[in-house]
Amino acid sequence: MSIPQSWLRPILTMAERVVEVRGLTKVFNGFKAVDGISFEVMKGEILGILGPNGAGKTTTMHMLLGLTTPTAGDIRILGMDLRRNREEILSRVNFSSSYVSLPYSLTVRENLTVFSRLYGVRGRRKKIAELLDVFGIEEIKNEPTRRLSSGQITRVSLAKSLLNDPEVLFLDEPTASLDPDMADRTRKLLKRFNRERALSILYTSHNMQEMEEMCDRIIFLDRGRIVASGGPAEIMAEFSGATLEEVFLKIARKDGGAG
Amino acid sequence: MKVSRVLSYTTRHLYLYRRSLPRLMEVFYWPLLDLLVWGFISVYLSTYKGSLPDFVTFFVGALILWDILFRCQQGISVSFLEDMWSRNLLNVFVSPMSPVEYVLSLLLISLFKLFLASTVMILVAMAMYSFNIFQFGVLLVPLVANLIVMGWAVGIITTGIILRYGQEAEVLAWGIAFLFQPVSAVFYPVSVLPPSIRTIARYVPSSHVFEGMRHVIATGTFPTKELVWAAGLNMVYLGAAVVFFYLNFKGVKKKGLLVKVGE
Repeated sequence: MSIPQSWLRPILTMAERVVEVRGLTKVFNGFKAVDGISFEVMKGEILGILGPNGAGKTTTMHMLLGLTTPTAGDIRILGMDLRRNREEILSRVNFSSSYVSLPYSLTVRENLTVFSRLYGVRGRRKKIAELLDVFGIEEIKNEPTRRLSSGQITRVSLAKSLLNDPEVLFLDEPTASLDPDMADRTRKLLKRFNRERALSILYTSHNMQEMEEMCDRIIFLDRGRIVASGGPAEIMAEFSGATLEEVFLKIARKDGGAG
Repeated sequence: MKVSRVLSYTTRHLYLYRRSLPRLMEVFYWPLLDLLVWGFISVYLSTYKGSLPDFVTFFVGALILWDILFRCQQGISVSFLEDMWSRNLLNVFVSPMSPVEYVLSLLLISLFKLFLASTVMILVAMAMYSFNIFQFGVLLVPLVANLIVMGWAVGIITTGIILRYGQEAEVLAWGIAFLFQPVSAVFYPVSVLPPSIRTIARYVPSSHVFEGMRHVIATGTFPTKELVWAAGLNMVYLGAAVVFFYLNFKGVKKKGLLVKVGE
């Protein structure tokens, strides 16, 4: 799996903020799912959002994608306010989740064609051919999605998420349905995209080892609040844990926590 | 709004029908069965000569026109369900496509399905019952246009409800149009309805369309009044449907339900 040279972009200054979140809050029927969190993602950074079930990770990601309306707070992506510039922002970011699929009756190529048109991708055929090659799904391009394994669907979904050369990629447990070999390949591929194209990634996963391996920085959510933030090593040191998993268990079980 | 995005998403559904025989059959199956049953009933009743109207024209014409409304409503709602069933809605709503563009793509696909179903029905009606829908001449345009718009309005409202209540409300995609059938006076004049239902029928666009159809068959004159009523009511219906969908979409995002429907 190799990334075509044409995709390589000059790495811009690492200090550029691509996502800025201030005082983000979401209340569902009196329950604070996300409680005034603030964070940012820098250009070329992989930020992991970690936390037990119900901590607010997915709600946060959905607010960043405009799928859920925040109760309070501001979201700026690529320097623009999400409320006012939805179309412009969404054309420059993308999303993949192991919980979201693609139309079952369409072939892999048809699915990628439909989404490349939605994102207004230029040089569609070439781009799709490149992605089919990068994700090793060339041989299944004419297969209806319903006939694919969950691992293959995940790879097609990831290919879809890179159609528009996104500047920010939102990944919700992207390797959840992959076997260890394919999960490892996918992580390496995402790392390469991140490194070679200065692609910023916002990442959620329940696989602590994966988070350690992938993320430059992690924010740890518990009951809607950020309880820890920093590089994986910093967080492990702060909570005296040998692994992120240990830290996770400490935080999740503290005061009968959500986990 | 970008037309290219609307057309792009319409192709998603066209791909679907190109390959799926069951889906393609679904477009023809029910209309053809309806046409056969009602057509034969009409032929049978026609053997009783008397002061009764031309049954074939009344029933078969009404059936083909009713199917226009039904197909348009279903074309929108079922296409939305296709996205829900395939867990694809989140991919759609995290793309730059706006909800308005999405709904417009559903309207386009409903026209495509309508075209397929109507073509077959019209040809079968001609071949089996010597019924020519084009006997209505230029009047056919406002009749059909009004039924399409009402079908769209009902379809958009149905989609809004499914968006809000998810799979629990799926059944509406197939059933909601029939809620309007008794008051639409498809196969009988509005005058046979009880007074209270007649009042309701007055505010249903399709009842004016079918009254208009019967008027032209009986008198041969253009039913201006009925068509003006139908068009006026349709504007209100469509406007209300768009507002309803918009408010629902906004509410669904606020409640975080879009994600639940989409996953």
